[in-house]
Amino acid sequence: MHRSVPTQNSSLVPKSIKLQFHLSAVMTGLALNCSINKKSLFDRKHYFYADLPAGYQITQQRVPIAVNGSLSYSLCIDNKMSQMVTKTVRIKQIQLEQDSGKSLHDDTRSQTLVDLNRAGVGLMEVVMEPDMCCGEEAAAAVRELQLILQTLGSSQAVMAEGQLRVDANVSVHHPGEPYGVRTEVKNINSMRFLAKAIDYEIQRQIEELENGGTILNETRAFDSKLGCTVPMRDKEGQQDYRFMPEPNLPPLILYDAKSLPANMNHQQVINIDWIHERLPDLPSVKRKKLVEQYGILPEHSFTLLNEDGLAEFFESVVKQTQMKPKKVIGWILKDLLSYLKQHSLTVKESPVSSFLLADLLNLLEKKEISSTAAKQVLAELWKGEGKTPLEIVKEQKLELLQDQKELEQICQAVIDGHENEVMAIKAGNPKVLNKLIGLVQKKTQGRSNPVLVKQLLEKKLSG
Amino acid sequence: MVPRGVAARWRRAATAPGKGQGSLGGREEAAAGRESHAACLSPAGQPLGILDGIPIAVKDNFNTAGIETTCASNMLKGYISPYNATVVQKLLDQGAVLLGKTNLDEFAMGSGSTDGVFGPVRNPWSYSKQYKEKSVPKSHSEDKESNWVITGGSSGGSAAAVSSFTCFAALGSDTGGSTRNPAAHCGVVGLKPTYGLISRHGLIPLVNSMDVPGILTRCVDDAAVLLGSLAGHDPKDSTTIQDDFKPFELPNLTDVSKLSIGIPKEYHAPGLSSEILALWSKAADLFRKAGAKVVEVSLPHTRYSIVCYHVLCTAEVASNMARFDGLEYGHRSDMKDSTESMYAATRREGFNDVVRGRILSGNYFLLKQNYEKYFVKAQKVRRLIANDFVKVFRSGVDILLTPTTLSDAAPYTEFIQEDNRTRSAQDDILTQAANMAGLPAINVPTALSERGLPVGLQFIGRSFQEKQLLTVAKWFEKQVQFPMIQLEEVKKHDSDVFHHQKSASLS
Repeated sequence: MHRSVPTQNSSLVPKSIKLQFHLSAVMTGLALNCSINKKSLFDRKHYFYADLPAGYQITQQRVPIAVNGSLSYSLCIDNKMSQMVTKTVRIKQIQLEQDSGKSLHDDTRSQTLVDLNRAGVGLMEVVMEPDMCCGEEAAAAVRELQLILQTLGSSQAVMAEGQLRVDANVSVHHPGEPYGVRTEVKNINSMRFLAKAIDYEIQRQIEELENGGTILNETRAFDSKLGCTVPMRDKEGQQDYRFMPEPNLPPLILYDAKSLPANMNHQQVINIDWIHERLPDLPSVKRKKLVEQYGILPEHSFTLLNEDGLAEFFESVVKQTQMKPKKVIGWILKDLLSYLKQHSLTVKESPVSSFLLADLLNLLEKKEISSTAAKQVLAELWKGEGKTPLEIVKEQKLELLQDQKELEQICQAVIDGHENEVMAIKAGNPKVLNKLIGLVQKKTQGRSNPVLVKQLLEKKLSG
Repeated sequence: MVPRGVAARWRRAATAPGKGQGSLGGREEAAAGRESHAACLSPAGQPLGILDGIPIAVKDNFNTAGIETTCASNMLKGYISPYNATVVQKLLDQGAVLLGKTNLDEFAMGSGSTDGVFGPVRNPWSYSKQYKEKSVPKSHSEDKESNWVITGGSSGGSAAAVSSFTCFAALGSDTGGSTRNPAAHCGVVGLKPTYGLISRHGLIPLVNSMDVPGILTRCVDDAAVLLGSLAGHDPKDSTTIQDDFKPFELPNLTDVSKLSIGIPKEYHAPGLSSEILALWSKAADLFRKAGAKVVEVSLPHTRYSIVCYHVLCTAEVASNMARFDGLEYGHRSDMKDSTESMYAATRREGFNDVVRGRILSGNYFLLKQNYEKYFVKAQKVRRLIANDFVKVFRSGVDILLTPTTLSDAAPYTEFIQEDNRTRSAQDDILTQAANMAGLPAINVPTALSERGLPVGLQFIGRSFQEKQLLTVAKWFEKQVQFPMIQLEEVKKHDSDVFHHQKSASLS
């Protein structure tokens, strides 16, 4: 189950906050292939707790806003991201409900502090069916959901900020047998912990059952320090929530093209069809387009979309350079991304803009510098001192030797100075040529094009 | 009404002691200040609004910013509202002077205004010449004071305030008859508007699907003026209708020949006094003689309404009272053993047994195993009751004429012989169906009983047809010429009254 906090979507802004909230839920439902209920109802769920000031939570128990959808996500078979497999998890429903406040337990003083600032705020809860088998699958599914929510503008869905909260329901069973008793695991604060918590709980349940024990239908909290789940402090036991229709909220009515009243537009009411036509490209579609348009590998498209802004950066560089996208992708995913990760920067915070990188790649493409030199320039650009690639190349004298004659002379000098190696090559050991190439590189301080050097040496040695 | 004239009359009336805990928390100083301001009109010389300078009292279950709102319960003693209910704000925006908060049955549960934590409300008519002349003490030793009568409820304080000239109008609330019932017993006009016409934002809820703010005035024209100031969509209350509301002035109806008055036979309820039955009949004749069409109609599901109301009301009460847990505001018990024990003690200490009884019943009906049998069933019966009215209005009837109460006001000592639940079940029978169906209804004071106490009759109209309803009510009011209360000065040796007042006064 996932909850996310609706935020503003700039392209489809209706007049009221209430409408924006409903809009987010409808968009998410459509993105998850759900049926949108044109009439949904609100209910009160009653229980006493310090963080629930009204003594009930408004939710949608009878008829939620969207039902019966699906979410496709991908997993790597191995760790190298070279083989990806697509899986699907069914979406049971999406419901609108109120948030509770926050309880902070202060055990030292035997007291609980209650923060009611978020109590009553509107939430969207996405309920998934138990179609996932392990922590990795769950994390991948939630990750994909997160990307979808960000694409739609429904929410930034950052778990650390509490914008996306995930509770996991876990049970085990032997193949062919019915599902076992499930426990609910709460207090999961990151994607990493989600996988950990689930895998721990699966193990715990298996061990419990194999030792002849039973699983209780209880709520457990994930303890991130110990890496395990523990029964929650306040056991609610078997609760009867005494559900009752919410009398202050009339049924939520949504329209489609057929049922839309003549005098209303999208600023005043929700028209499901109108929204469907204007949904932005979902991540899966975006990835497909990237692969088709640029000839990159599917796993590349995943990485591009996984980093906020990286796909846009990539496309921007491609536009500004003659270098083929297939080559550009390497620079983006290996060089740029590793720098960003090392310095814990987002793409937006990158000191190297797409313009600068494109500029650098152009120099490389025009063979004005070697790829080794390019890496050196990038390292310098990273300092963010405002120099252009060309300036750095000139400063550090990294230009490739353009003078063929000079290069030939150096090659000749190396050949003359290494008779043993020359003999070895002529004797039929071509690998030794690399040593000579290396020596030429050294002499030219990396300013020679290795391909050209190889050609020259071979020419001289064959003669 | 000229504000200056109004202020003078008000000042005169206010010097007569307010009898029987009609008002709580006197806001005399603030009110006096505003009154003198109003008497000079605004600094610019323009009235602030249609109610400029008019003193109005508000039932103590409406939130009033900076002013205590208790619902006559220990649970909210000392609770200062941080905001004004929408209807209160609207009154203030029109220049009304908030005179004070009026007494009620605790959390508006009751039909006598006898079960609030500040004590019972005394009907001003107990001190009228008309009543005193007719009342015969049962023995020599019996103090005349001991046979004072109740106001009815739960908006008894508001009705008493209007009845005793303490203010010109008052706000009440009406969930099962809580505005019309005390209006009838106190000889004032009590209007229950159509559900969804007036905002409930800031009215501490009893039954969200039936509550409406009620209007208590001395005459039907005044009720129309108040309605004009209060009605209309409120974005803070999703159950108010979106349509624009246009305030209206009531025409002086002279020709009733086009009117069709329905007399529902089921309202000849068990326990209806012969006096009221006769009055009802006389009223029907009045319309007939004036040329209106008067027909007997049937609302066959009327007899199920008490039981249906009991289930739905207690279920919503159980839900609405859940917020009173002692944590955020209101009373908190000293019990510190655990959160649960604190909740339990707080709610036991904060609520009277009427409220607790309804919570327990309501929770029972909402249990998973009972929900279909009781709650859903009652909702279905509610639909049938509402449909009874739809059918009757569709058949050509414009307005229904019924009694408001089974009898005139009972003496307090007699009323408390039966418990709150029994009394409510008896007294709500004639008023409650209008709440089930969401229809507008009004009590018009009609005549004095043999005991010299007011008796009113009720008109029920179609949804959102307040103008028609009030027009007919005004015509009827003109015909019956209900007498003005002749209040006697309370003599100094009636120290018992003052004593009672002092012990209940708030600082």
